[in-house]
This record gives sequence, C-alpha cells and structure tokens, in this order.
Amino acid sequence: ADIISTVEFNHTGELLATGDKGGRVVIFQQEIENKNQPQFRSEYNVYSTFQSHEPEFDYLKSLEIEEKINKIRWLPQKNAAQFLLSTNDKTIKLWKISERDKRPEGYNLKEEDGRYKDPNTITSLRVPVLKPMDLMVEASPRRVFANAHTYHINSVSVNSDNETYLSADDLRINLWHLEITDRSFNIVDIKPANMEELTEVITAAEFHPHQCNTFVYSSSKGTIRLCDMRASALCDKHSKLFEEPEDPSNRSFFSEIISSISDVKFSHNGRYMMTRDYLSVKIWDLNMENRPVETYQVHEYLRSKLCSLYENDCIFDKFECCWNGNDSVVMTGSYNNFFRMFDRGHRRDVTLEASRENSKPMQVLKPRKVCTGGKRKKDEISVDSLDFNKKILHTAWHPQDNIIAVATTNNLYIFQDKVN
Amino acid sequence: MEVNIEARRILAVSISKLYASRTQRGGLRLHRSLLLSLVMRSARDIYHSSRESEGPSGAQSAPEEPMDTSSSPGEQTRLPEPQQEPAFNSAETDKENLSPAKQSRKRRGKASAAPDFLPSKRARLEPGEERYEFLTHTLLIFKLKVCWSTLGHSLQGQSFITGRRMVPPSTSLACCH
Repeated sequence: ADIISTVEFNHTGELLATGDKGGRVVIFQQEIENKNQPQFRSEYNVYSTFQSHEPEFDYLKSLEIEEKINKIRWLPQKNAAQFLLSTNDKTIKLWKISERDKRPEGYNLKEEDGRYKDPNTITSLRVPVLKPMDLMVEASPRRVFANAHTYHINSVSVNSDNETYLSADDLRINLWHLEITDRSFNIVDIKPANMEELTEVITAAEFHPHQCNTFVYSSSKGTIRLCDMRASALCDKHSKLFEEPEDPSNRSFFSEIISSISDVKFSHNGRYMMTRDYLSVKIWDLNMENRPVETYQVHEYLRSKLCSLYENDCIFDKFECCWNGNDSVVMTGSYNNFFRMFDRGHRRDVTLEASRENSKPMQVLKPRKVCTGGKRKKDEISVDSLDFNKKILHTAWHPQDNIIAVATTNNLYIFQDKVN
Repeated sequence: MEVNIEARRILAVSISKLYASRTQRGGLRLHRSLLLSLVMRSARDIYHSSRESEGPSGAQSAPEEPMDTSSSPGEQTRLPEPQQEPAFNSAETDKENLSPAKQSRKRRGKASAAPDFLPSKRARLEPGEERYEFLTHTLLIFKLKVCWSTLGHSLQGQSFITGRRMVPPSTSLACCH
C-alpha cells in the first residue's frame, strides 16, 4: 500500500506531495540551509501526512473502487494555507493544508484541558489570549467532487484562471468550478454510441499554463488533440490534432500499445508540449501538428523485447515525464530504477539510477549505460539483466531549481544539482 | 509456420490477461482492455492470413472448418471474430457448447464473451458484467469458471508506510551543466 503513485511539487517548489496506492498523501517541505550561500543544501522533511481516499464499493456495479491516488495537483497559493487536488479513480478532493502555531488560552467556560467549568464558579471574565504552540499542520477536505465519472479518472489539471479545473477519465473530460461540487460540465465525450466501435481512449489531459481556454488531451492511439473552449461548449471537435505518421518498418503486434501516450505535459512557457509513449519522449511545437520537433528514445533496446514485456505486463506501464524550470531539459523514468534526462539545447542525454547503493549523501550520481549488444563493457548493464520490477514511473522537477524527485516503487529519492 | 504459432501464443496470453483483469481490484480497466483487444485482433489477423496462405492443412483446421463456414453466413456484420477464434484453441474449448447461432446474439460487451459458449443464456452472465460496456472484439475461449470475485478479492492491507525512505537531497547530480 505504500507504492508511490504520484509525485508533484507545488508552484514554489517548497512543498512536494506524494500519493500512494493506499490512498495516503505525504507532503514534504523544503528546509533551506543558507540559500544565499553558493553551496546550499536543501532537505525535504515530512510536513504533513493524511489519508486522502479510502477504498469504496460501488454496490450498483459490484465493483471495488481503489483508493490509490492517481494524481495530485497543487493550486497556486492565495493565502496562508495550501490547497491541493487529489484524485482516485472516481472522486476528486480538494484538501486544505494549514499551519497552526498559536492557540487560544484563557477561556472563561472551559478548563485548559477542555473540560467545561461549572458556571457557578466563574466570578470574572477575561479575554482569551493567543499563545504560541508547537507547529501543527492540519489537512482538511474542503470539497469532494464525486459521481461525475463512469470510467477511471486519469488526470486532473488546474486552469490558469485559478477557478476551474478539468478531470479526465477514459472517455470523458469534465470541467469543474473549485467552489461547486454538485455540478460539472462535460466538455469532451468520445464515447461512441455503440461501445463495440470503441477504438481509442483518453489517456491524459492538461490545461495550457497561460491560456485559460486551451487544453489538450492525449489518446491511446498516439494522437493529441488541442481544444479551445471558446469554440463550443462541447469540445469534441478539436482545434488541432497532433499526430505523427507511424513508421511502417516498426510495425508489430504491439505497435498500437507502444504508441499509446501515457503522459502529456505543457512546457512552462506554453509553446511546447511533451508526450511520453512506451519507448520515447516527443516534444511538439503547438504550431506544428504533423510531427514532433524533437524525439528522444528512452529505451529503444526494448523494442526487440516487446513480446516478453507484453507477457510480464510491463508494456502497459504508464511512464510520466516532466520539464525543468526553464524548459531546457526533460526527464522521464525507465526500468531498473533508471531515469533519463534529455538536454534539449546541448543535445545530450544521461541515464541515472535511483538506488540506495548509489545514493549516499553528497555522492555524485554516476551515469549508467545499457549495453545493447555485442561486447559488454565494464559498468554497463546488459538488457537481459535489467530488473523490470524496478520501474520509475513518476518523476518531478522543482519549478525553479535543479532539484528532482524520483519515485521508485516504494521509495522517494530527491536529488539536487551540484553547485560549485 | 512461426508467425502462426507466435500469433496463437500471443492470443492465448491475451485471453488469459483479459480473464485475469476481470477479477482485479478496481474493476475492468477500459484502456487496458482496449489494448489487449487490439493485440488480439492483430494476432488474429496475422494468424488468419497465414492460415489462408497455408491452405486447409494440419490437424487443427479440419474440425474447425465446418464451424467456420457455417457460422459466417449467419454472422452479424460486426462479429467476424467470434467463430474464428475457437479455431485454434479447440483443445481448450468445450466443443459441444460452441453454438454458431449464439454468435449473432446481441453483444453487450467484451465481458459477455465467455458465456456465449455455454448453453444457458443470460443467467450465466455475472451481474456486474451486464452493466459494464466493453469491446466485443475478443472472445474468451476457455471453459471458465466465471466467478465474479470482486468481493472475494481481499482488500490490500492498509500497511502504513514504514519503508519510505528519503535520501538526503544533498546528493549531487552530475549532468546537464
């Protein structure tokens, strides 16, 4: 139950939230030592832990609803409290995380321990005073957005207008207002009249970072549709369709599975978007629909192993991807606890490993290499000795600094760029 | 023919996955089921195109041919698959239950595939399945003990995190700069 299922930094990077399969959310807070010094170290310590979702049962369909947190998205901070949206397969919740460091003392009717006084013993009145106390972080559910999705929710995305957000399941996307829980608008519906004609499902959706009318959604067929909510109430008709023609030489039984997009993320500047399919990461210019501007192979050596990956179910793994703060580097996970970074400007890429042996404090991570054939050099790992149970599906990059959070199955690793 | 054997194997694997996914927690996943059905369709197409090129040969094909031809005319447009599938899994199929007439029955969803082979009709459909809409491109060929075991699946223990370890972030990163 402590398998990490989502990782997300908040907008300042001070807080890092993780969700797990058991429905819990753990929030880490950055403690900065001497940020002004050239060699600053930041530690992330547990700030708050709470149970976001519980397992439920749908009696009508005789189905269990998993409590696993599929996504967490932070709201931009408006006041002293922090807000985040967390979702499982069916229900989205808005949580308020607030600090309490003072408490009132000196009540007239209550003792300090909370017991009520006998009113006859009260002879004078006083005003309670706020006294400092040990910091307490409280998480309380402020809104519950339920019963709007027939299929499993795969994405939530907060709009730049800070008032609305979207939630997407396999066939539909709904638009919500953060204040209103009993109503949502359906803005995309790709369910065919006859379910037997179903050919694709929605796999991810995201609002544009600046244009509050624009959002994209990706499909299991490898296409991305950009929709403009100003065009019509129901955005079934896309404004743009991003699709790269398939390379016929790569056709196999599994071509359709590996072209399914598992994640889509806009760049911070809003000019590009990145998609992750099973073997590659693609960067698309929003102005060019017919092909991506950049394609990075994450683990091309797996192309010849698709059949075994199908048998052990790994081919269905949904990897996420993320941008760094200035959109110059993208990162995604792979197997054997490897994760990959692609430097767009310098056309460099690196493979790193998140493991206990390699992660002593202050130790510089050593780049790893997978040997694809022929003679295996020292320190290289052959494809056949990769551990496919150790997968990194969720990664996150601090919005400003070079601090990354990488989730292996049970553990969270936080790495920081070496500053010297 | 190798492709033939490979296609059959993939099909068998896919069917077992489809069956397994029915009992998993959280219900049937539409996306996964869709992908499984796409693989099965590719495998089926390849199998049949390779069989056609082979011609009527091999022990398997003989008993299946009559069934194939008899069911095709009675076929609905959208269900070319069903009567084809039993062809190569005959070893696992309960022949007497293979009734081509059943193929034309209105399909509610992928999950209802299994009961087609069984003589009794709706009664065999599990209560949850009828409400679940799925692709019908595939067929469960095994003689299934159709047991809707969502209730039987015990909830995973709510073991709280003790193993979560956070590596101090002072570990440095050597790349990209």
